[in-house]
Amino acid sequence: MNTKSSFGVAQIILFLSIAILVVVVAFPVLLILFNAFWVEDHFNFSGAIEILKEPETFKALMNSLIIAGMSTIGSTIVGTFFAWLVTRTDMPHKRFMKSMFLVPFMLPSFIGAMAWKMLLSPNAGFINRFFMDHLGFDGPIFNLYSYYGISAVEVMYLFPFVFIQVCGALERMDPTLEESARISGAGLFTITRKITIPLVLPSILSGALLIMLYSMAHFGTVAVLGIENGIYNIPVLIYERIHQSGGSFESIRTGTVLATVLVISAACIIWAQRKILGSGHYQIIGGKSFRPMELKLRGLKYPLMFFCLAYIGFTIVLPTVVIFLVGGLSTYGLSFTPENLSLDNFKFILFEYDVTRDAIFNSVTLGLTAAIITMFAGVMISYVIVKMDVKGKGLLEFLGMLPFSVPGSVIALGVILAWSGQFGVNLYNTVWIILVAYIARYMAFSLKANSAALEQVHDSLVEASRACGATMWQSLKDIVLPLVKPGMFAAFFLIFLPSLRELTVSIMLYAPTTRTIGVAIYTLNEDGETVISCALAAIALIIIIVGQTVINHFTKKESE
Amino acid sequence: MDNNNIIRVENVSKGYPDHPVLQNLSLTLKKGECFTLLGPSGCGKTVLLRLLAGFESADAGKIYIGDTLVNDPEARIAVPPENRGLGVVFQDYAVWPHMTVFENVAYPLKIANRPKDEINERVMRMIDIVGMNGLDKRLPSELSGGQQQRVALARALVADPALLLLDEPLSNLDANLREEMRFEIKELQKKLGVTVLYVTHDQEIGLAISDRVAIMDAAGAIQQIGTPWEIFEKPVNPFVFNFMGIANFIDVRKEGGAFLVGKGSQPIPWETPSGDATEWVAAFRPSDVRIARSGDGLHGVIRRANFLGAMMDYLIEIDGAHLRTSIETHHAIAQDLMFKAGDECSLTFLSLHWFDKESLKGVLEE
Repeated sequence: MNTKSSFGVAQIILFLSIAILVVVVAFPVLLILFNAFWVEDHFNFSGAIEILKEPETFKALMNSLIIAGMSTIGSTIVGTFFAWLVTRTDMPHKRFMKSMFLVPFMLPSFIGAMAWKMLLSPNAGFINRFFMDHLGFDGPIFNLYSYYGISAVEVMYLFPFVFIQVCGALERMDPTLEESARISGAGLFTITRKITIPLVLPSILSGALLIMLYSMAHFGTVAVLGIENGIYNIPVLIYERIHQSGGSFESIRTGTVLATVLVISAACIIWAQRKILGSGHYQIIGGKSFRPMELKLRGLKYPLMFFCLAYIGFTIVLPTVVIFLVGGLSTYGLSFTPENLSLDNFKFILFEYDVTRDAIFNSVTLGLTAAIITMFAGVMISYVIVKMDVKGKGLLEFLGMLPFSVPGSVIALGVILAWSGQFGVNLYNTVWIILVAYIARYMAFSLKANSAALEQVHDSLVEASRACGATMWQSLKDIVLPLVKPGMFAAFFLIFLPSLRELTVSIMLYAPTTRTIGVAIYTLNEDGETVISCALAAIALIIIIVGQTVINHFTKKESE
Repeated sequence: MDNNNIIRVENVSKGYPDHPVLQNLSLTLKKGECFTLLGPSGCGKTVLLRLLAGFESADAGKIYIGDTLVNDPEARIAVPPENRGLGVVFQDYAVWPHMTVFENVAYPLKIANRPKDEINERVMRMIDIVGMNGLDKRLPSELSGGQQQRVALARALVADPALLLLDEPLSNLDANLREEMRFEIKELQKKLGVTVLYVTHDQEIGLAISDRVAIMDAAGAIQQIGTPWEIFEKPVNPFVFNFMGIANFIDVRKEGGAFLVGKGSQPIPWETPSGDATEWVAAFRPSDVRIARSGDGLHGVIRRANFLGAMMDYLIEIDGAHLRTSIETHHAIAQDLMFKAGDECSLTFLSLHWFDKESLKGVLEE
């Protein structure tokens, strides 16, 4: 009789899980820290400080903070306001607007930045030109190439982080909490101030911190809009240094020091977020959905509705339309008249132009491969963390946190350090290095989706099958896997779709033949091939929107 | 080995880093009996069931199922659950949501590689036995809680296990269904001749379906094992007595040869204990009290009268000692026993259990 069957299995799975996370995430990050502080065989902390004091690096640091700060404040205000409007008021068409406010989630912000550049660049932007040519303005009405401009564009794409968290909190908040305040004689204003806001504050803060984390390490928008006026942040500076010097020692060292700053700030942000979510305040908001108290907007009902529609039209529809229209122009600068518009550009990039054809092929294969690998690795690692009770799990739990707190540009730099031949494997300038980086970057998504699914699989379901005579493996195959399939499915798409538009990581790792869609759009745009890059961006948008629609369709079916 | 025993637990201990759950526990189950493990929540009864099922391994001691030693940490023996040949039914049903009723019930036979025809026949018979005819193609999400629990029962029984472990299987069902299901479980047990170990905190179920009951205290120690009647009528200690239903405990002091109630001077006119202690407690159930307007017995005062519909509930004081009793309302009306607070009454006890007051420490605090 087999008496110790589960012993070996548990150890093997644990070892594999730790190995994956160490190789893919921990090792590159450690190399960054090591390179930042270890110079010529000794520990050198002051050297790192010296690098941060250099005017350029210091400016990048400050810019990252300023832009992240402004974007966070802006997004928090916008996100909270819209969340309140769609959950707690009687504004018409709330459901439609709620889904529209989530659209920016799937739009790549650097494509948005490109669109805004065409609309609002100081001298050539369509809107600025219109005001100058037709309305007699002397200069541009808005200078997009400024901190305000960059932050405003980031707000448009980042506010859903706060919006979705606050919506969730407001929907799940027990209405009796507010009703009892009302019965105690509190007016609506007092209730909002004393009851509602304190209760949703953890959600607001946690969303705001996510935005902060994202914005500090965000490459695309700043790279597209900052270049004219010399505004750059940490990821942009890392990219430029590495790119210009072809990976010299000095540039790598500066890069690692800056990356360390990102890692530390990310760790602080994640820590603060856990602290806020872990505090007792959040418990009052249960998992149940209630029908919340709705504020009657009365006379403001329609003005606010039109305001929302205008916001959606201006920030979501307008940039998308511009991308598609410019993508159809035969030459940039012509007016949007039927004779200037055609599908030739789309035909060109899909069937004739090597650069874009390769880019699409690379992105799709990279995305598929990364999604499949990360999905399976994620389900295994989550299984150990959520379900298994083995020694050494603590280490895995710590390692499992890492993917959540390592920004994309840090991962890119880390994989360059790890896989450029110093350790026997040289993947530099191949697609494989991008694949490794994608796996590291998207592991967090897979862990999140899979552990959520696994938590739904109650232990007794597996125990029941063991009692029915099934071994550990049989139970995994017959019970656990079928039940976490929706989670794995979600993980697959959560990885596949974003990887199609990925820029921050790929831009640091691409070689002439290994451009991804994001890299191709960005570099074509930099080279002045505006119409081609817009056409490619338009195709990327179509793929993303179709893909998202498919997921929504499936996830809705699953939940029914 | 005694061939009549199907489970033998010998000096088993199990604990978690900061608190021990079971210490030196021993227990035997006879073949074919319905045995209930009854105890307050958190007393470790589920842990014991999980040890028997093989989901966890003991820290010390031996567990035999039939003639097989299935768990002995000293000899590094821990037979995994799939090799123990048991049926287990869980509190939360644990019916697999992605399989139909048929697939759920067929799973143990499929794992055992039985031929298709045999699976088909045995599953359909089992579904019929648990009264789920015609529902075999449903998914669990289309079933009520009671129906899901029937599926779980069928699944646990389909492979003809010698032993069925039930962990609070009815506690998620509503009161009516619970009552119905407990008799069905008993019927099934008789029909199939399976040995049942039933774990619950619900005294009523324990009394209703078991051949034997074991009472566990909050510290995980077994206080008494016996037939339901023995447990109810002859509790070995106050814990068991208190656990088996609402109990009244009144202070009695021994002065001279007399036993006086509370702080007053009324002697107990019935059977009194022998013993040297001066502080005693007399225990009885509300149903063992007879109340009258006047006459023989102890004199008391009604302190609170509650109308509960079919029943009248009284809180009565006898010289500083309080007790509760209830009588049927129609009876109270017929006999002129509708008391108000402040009314005097006279009380007779049909049955008294005597406990040394020392031994009650820790019991009455609940």
